[in-house]
Amino acid sequence: MALAERKRPRVAFSDERIEMAHGAGGKASRRLVEGLIAPAFANPVLDTLSDAATFSLGGVRIATTADGYVVRPLRFPGGSIGELAVNGTVNDLAVSGACARALMATFVLEAGLESATLRAEVAAMAAAAERAGVAIVGGDTKVVEHGLCDGMYITTFGIGEIDVRFALDPRSVRPGDRVLLSGPIGSHGITILLARGELDLEADVRSDTRSVWPFVDTLGAACGSGVRWMRDPTRGGVATALNELVRESDVAIVLDESAVPLGTQVRGACELLGLDPLHIANEGQFLAIVAAADAPCALAALRAVPGGEGAADIGEVRAEPARMVVGATAYGGTRAIDMLVGDPLPRIC
Amino acid sequence: MKYVDEYRDPVLIENVTREIARSVDRGRHYRIMEVCGGHTHSIYRHGLRDVLPDNIELVHGPGCPVCVLPTGRVDDGLSIAERDDVILTCFGDMMRVPGTRGTPLEFKARGADIRMVYSPLDALKLAQSNPARHVCFFAIGFETTAPSTALTILRARALGVENFSVFCNHVTIVPAMRAILDSPGMRLDGFVGPGHVATITGCRPYEFVARDYAKPVVVAGFEPLDILQAILMIVRQLRAGEARVENEYARFVPWNGNRAALAALETVFALRPFFEWRGLGFISQSALELRPDFAPWDAERRFAVPGVRVTDPKAAQCGEVLKGVLKPAQCKLFGNQCNPEHPIGALMVSSEGACAAHYRYAQRAAEAEPAGV
Repeated sequence: MALAERKRPRVAFSDERIEMAHGAGGKASRRLVEGLIAPAFANPVLDTLSDAATFSLGGVRIATTADGYVVRPLRFPGGSIGELAVNGTVNDLAVSGACARALMATFVLEAGLESATLRAEVAAMAAAAERAGVAIVGGDTKVVEHGLCDGMYITTFGIGEIDVRFALDPRSVRPGDRVLLSGPIGSHGITILLARGELDLEADVRSDTRSVWPFVDTLGAACGSGVRWMRDPTRGGVATALNELVRESDVAIVLDESAVPLGTQVRGACELLGLDPLHIANEGQFLAIVAAADAPCALAALRAVPGGEGAADIGEVRAEPARMVVGATAYGGTRAIDMLVGDPLPRIC
Repeated sequence: MKYVDEYRDPVLIENVTREIARSVDRGRHYRIMEVCGGHTHSIYRHGLRDVLPDNIELVHGPGCPVCVLPTGRVDDGLSIAERDDVILTCFGDMMRVPGTRGTPLEFKARGADIRMVYSPLDALKLAQSNPARHVCFFAIGFETTAPSTALTILRARALGVENFSVFCNHVTIVPAMRAILDSPGMRLDGFVGPGHVATITGCRPYEFVARDYAKPVVVAGFEPLDILQAILMIVRQLRAGEARVENEYARFVPWNGNRAALAALETVFALRPFFEWRGLGFISQSALELRPDFAPWDAERRFAVPGVRVTDPKAAQCGEVLKGVLKPAQCKLFGNQCNPEHPIGALMVSSEGACAAHYRYAQRAAEAEPAGV
C-alpha cells in the first residue's frame, strides 16, 4: 500500500471539559491532540504526529520538539523538574534518530517561589545539558500570581540534526522484528507517585531520568539500518508506546512478560497498589523495534553502554492479531495489553 | 519476590493444569464462579483461561465493591464533596466511578476537594491536620476493608476528632452469594471463595453453600497457582460427589477468621435492614451502617444526602453479568457505548469488574500464540 493511501482514522473530540485524564498520556490525551488540536493546524509535518517534527532545512534533515513539564513535587529521588525538562526533550529527539544540538527553555514561575528553588532547578538543567552535550541557547520567563501554578512549570524546545545512520518509519515494522527495551521500567512513575506522599508507602526507588542518546548512538553504530522505530515510553508507559506503534503499523506485538526487566522495588509497589508496570512512566528508557537478524548484535551493543546492562529483548512483532499488544506468560496464558486509560490509580478495596 | 514468585512458577502451574485436565469429566460442562473481583482481575491478568480445559467455564461473581455500588450512592457521596468546607477522601478505585453528574475525578477537575487515600487512617490524619475543614471518607468494600474503617472510627472517637466522618457503603458478601444462589437462572457448579474477605470472616460463613445448596466452595488466594489449585479442588469434589468448604488460602485465612477485626466490626457497625446493590437490586441485611453510638462520625446523619435512587440505563445488562447469566461480551452495550473510558455500567469501571477485565485483557488475546522469546 502506498504511504499516501494510509490515512490515520479520524478521531473525534466531544468531551465537554478538559479533565486530568487528558494529560495522562493515554487514550484521552490522544483524543485531545488528534481530535481537537492537530486538525486545526493540519500540515504534512504535523500529521505524522511523531515525538519530533522532522523536515529539511537547507538540505539538512532537522528534528524539532517541544515539551511542557508540570511535576509535583518539583524535586524527587533521582531527579527534579529541571533535569526532566532537559532529558525529556533530548530523548524525544534521540528516539527520532536525532542528536540534540540546542535547547530553549521557558519558565512559568509562581509569585512567592523561593529563588533558591529556581536556582537549584536552573543548576540541575545546566548539569543535565552538559551531560547530554547540548547547549541551552535561549528562552523566556513569565511570572503568574501566587496559587496559579505549582511553583514552576518549564517548557523546553529542542532542535537536532537527524542521524543519517537511521531510517526510522513505523510503517517499515515487519512481522519477525524484535522488541528491545533499554532497561528496568517504572521507576520514574513509582518514584513520583510515592514522592507525593499521599500513599504513605516507602520504597527505595529513584527516577531513571537520563539522556538516552548514548544508547541510540550506539545502536546507530551497531546496526542503524536495522532499527525500524524507537520511542521513549514516558507517560502511559511501555504499553501505551507499543499500542501507538501497532495502530500506526497494523501489526501485532507479543511481549514475553517474564522478559520485561523490572526492579524489585517497583515490582513490589505495583503488586501492592494493583498497578501494571507496563503502564508506568519512564524518563530514561527507550524501546526499539529492530530487524530480527540485527537484534542480537543490537542487544549486545546496548548492554555494553554504561547503564544499559539491563537491556532486554522483550518480544516480537507478529502479523496477527493486528493492532494489538499481547502479553504472554511463561506458563502459556495470554492477555491483551491496552493503552492506559486516565491516570494509573491504585486499586485497594 | 516472596509470596509471589512461587505462586507463578511455570512448572508448578503446569503440574496443576495437567492434574485439572486429568480430573475433569470430559462429558461434563463445569461452571465455576469466582466470587471475588480480585480473582476476576487475576484470571484475566494472567490469562488463566488459556490453560484450563474448554469445558471449564469461569463465571465472574459480585465481589467487586465498586461494581455493586449503585449510582445513587455515588451521587450522594459526591453531594458531600460539593460542600466548600469538606474534603472528600476515597480509595483510588472510586475515582473513576460515574455518578449522574460525573465521576469523582471530574468533580475534582471542576474544583471539588477530593483526595485519594490508601487507608481510612490517612483520611483521619488529614482531618487532624486540617482542623478548619471537615474530612469525609467515602467507605466502600466488603469485610476486607470494613475493619480498617471501623478501627479508624474507633480511633477518631478515642482522639476526639470531630471534623471527620465516614460515608458508609460497606457490604457483606454472604447475602450476595445467597441472592445469586437463589436467582432463577442459576446454573453454577461451585465457587472459588473470596480469599481477602475470608482473612476476616474465616471459612465458616460459606458452609451454608455446601450444606443448603450442595455446591463446593474453595476459599482461594489471588495468584495464578492459588486460583488453579482451587479449581482443581472444586473439580475433585464434584467428581467425588462432595460439597464441602475447603481452604486453599490457609497461609492467610484462619478457619475461624480474624477475631480482633470481627470484634471491631461488631462494635462499630450494625446491619442495615436492606441495601441496594447495583445489578442485583435490594438485598436485605447485606450492608453495614454505623451504630447510633457513632452518630457524630456518620456522614449520612451529619449531611442531608439526597438519597435518590437512580436506575441503570435499561440497555445495560449489569445484573445478568453480575449473576453470571450473561458473559460480559453478550451485553448489548459491551465495547461500543460502554467501555473503560466511558463506562455506563459499573462493571466496566473497576479493573476488577468483569466487563473492564474482559475488555482490557481478553479482546482477541487468545488468537495469539505464546511468544517464542
